[in-house]
Amino acid sequence: MTEQPKIRIRALTKSFGPNRVLRGLDLDVPKGGSVVVIGGSGTGKSVLLKCILGLLEPDAGSIRIDGEEVVGARGKKLTAYRAKIGMLFQGAALFDSLPVWENVAFGLMATNSISRPEARDKAIETLQKVGLASATADLYPAELSGGMKKRAGLARAICTSPEIIFFDEPTTGLDPIMSDVINELIRNSVSDLGATALSITHDMGSVRKIADRVAMLYEGRIIWEGPVATMEQSGDPHVEQFINGKAEGPIRLGG
Amino acid sequence: MINPVQVVGSAVIAVSQAAGRILIFAGGAIGNGLVGPFYWRQLGRQLVEMGYQSLPVVGLTAIFTGMVLALQSHTGFARFQAESAIPTIVVLSVVRELGPVLAGLMVAGRVGAAMAAELGTMRVTEQIDALATLSTDPMRYLVFPRLVAGLIALPLLVVVANIIGVMGGYLVSVFKLGFGPIEYLNRTFEFLELMDVVSGLVKAAVFGFIIALMGCYHGYNSEGGAQGVGTATTRAVVSASILILTANYFVTEAFFDR
Ligand SMILES: Nc1ncnc2c1ncn2[C@@H]1O[C@H](COP(=O)(O)OP(=O)(O)OP(=O)(O)O)[C@@H](O)[C@H]1O
Ligand SMILES: [Mg+2]
Repeated sequence: MTEQPKIRIRALTKSFGPNRVLRGLDLDVPKGGSVVVIGGSGTGKSVLLKCILGLLEPDAGSIRIDGEEVVGARGKKLTAYRAKIGMLFQGAALFDSLPVWENVAFGLMATNSISRPEARDKAIETLQKVGLASATADLYPAELSGGMKKRAGLARAICTSPEIIFFDEPTTGLDPIMSDVINELIRNSVSDLGATALSITHDMGSVRKIADRVAMLYEGRIIWEGPVATMEQSGDPHVEQFINGKAEGPIRLGG
Repeated sequence: MINPVQVVGSAVIAVSQAAGRILIFAGGAIGNGLVGPFYWRQLGRQLVEMGYQSLPVVGLTAIFTGMVLALQSHTGFARFQAESAIPTIVVLSVVRELGPVLAGLMVAGRVGAAMAAELGTMRVTEQIDALATLSTDPMRYLVFPRLVAGLIALPLLVVVANIIGVMGGYLVSVFKLGFGPIEYLNRTFEFLELMDVVSGLVKAAVFGFIIALMGCYHGYNSEGGAQGVGTATTRAVVSASILILTANYFVTEAFFDR
């Protein structure tokens, strides 16, 4: 008898008009594990995360978090399960009207009765973890470079120490050294804080660093899922083509 | 072949659908907003943007409107020796009608557009989604404070516009048309009733709510990148302006004869 997965997704479907993005997706994310979803651009990886968060309503299927069905959750139930999840958006999605520290401490100030100076200290501490100097705390998002925004977004996602963290392309746009810092950070969030991570990345280096398990999304389904160590010997031609970055193979772009 | 009945019919359906969606949106924002928590900081920021920063625009509009009213009524009333009615005409027109309507239209252009652009950008850059993931209801945090700010800011602006508008009429009448200063002011307040001022302020509150609602609705529901935000901005201004002029008639009718 295995432990109940932290996130359990069954037969998830989501279409936008005629565009069938998810077509019966099954995926388990074990508690305290780190699963990375790989797949081509536009295959629905971000849509998957938004469905779990209830930002998009799936057409059909089931998503259970800690055994509880969350599809169609409303009101208090929705707020309660969302509070368990921290999310790094692909485009960072920082609030332009607030300085960086208020962005980072936003979730903290929304849920806890914490004073502003305390929240600010906590924000600066979290910014340092993602390699941003405390001087960035008082800048506005428009004054940051793309990579700095990404890291500020990451700080915001982890600031409340959520049980589950979603990372949508955490290392895109970062230099190799900073990528490694971020990979390390994600790894530590899982091993030290006991968080459950579900990440999306195109960067095979990151996959090898942060994943316990890898799942490949193709044509709306997970076509292969397994421990990262067995990824090279998956025997699946789609996975092989993807991880080796070959133009030749069963995956055709724009077709 | 264009069938006119079909054109009118589908337009009517489209307008009613939009009205329904807007009512649901407003209901959701107010219903969620009243539950709390209330975001005072957001309200403060909106009051500054909608009210304080609109003062120059509204003030300029008001002073020239008051000035032109004095001139025009002079040209008209001099023909039957009724110049003494000018102060009353100026104050009643400004307080009951032109103050609220012109301030409403100017603020719709200035603030309604900015609101739609801000919320639209937040929508397309996923900031609204991000709010939801940070235990904050976007309706409660973004929309409700703006609606409340509209209700409060416009009446305050209109009080200022009324004073400046009457002053515009005074300046032209005293320095150009030969009125005595005391005489002009006495005549201004002689026939002014409380209800005139109140009806104008009620109008202002209604217009403020309309401006904020249109700005929020179109911004919140915008899609499709920068172009979508542009469309939302235009729609916010156009729909707010039309609704202001429409609502103006109905509020006037409700106060008529009182
Ligand atoms: N709100 C939406 N409305 C309509 N279509 C959408 C919406 N969001 C996503 N899509 C469509 O869903 C598909 C998957 O989008 P998604 O953003 O999940 O891709 P992705 O796998 O994250 O790609 P990438 O790696 O480039 O980020 C795309 O075809 C996109 O056009
Ligand atoms: Mg994506």
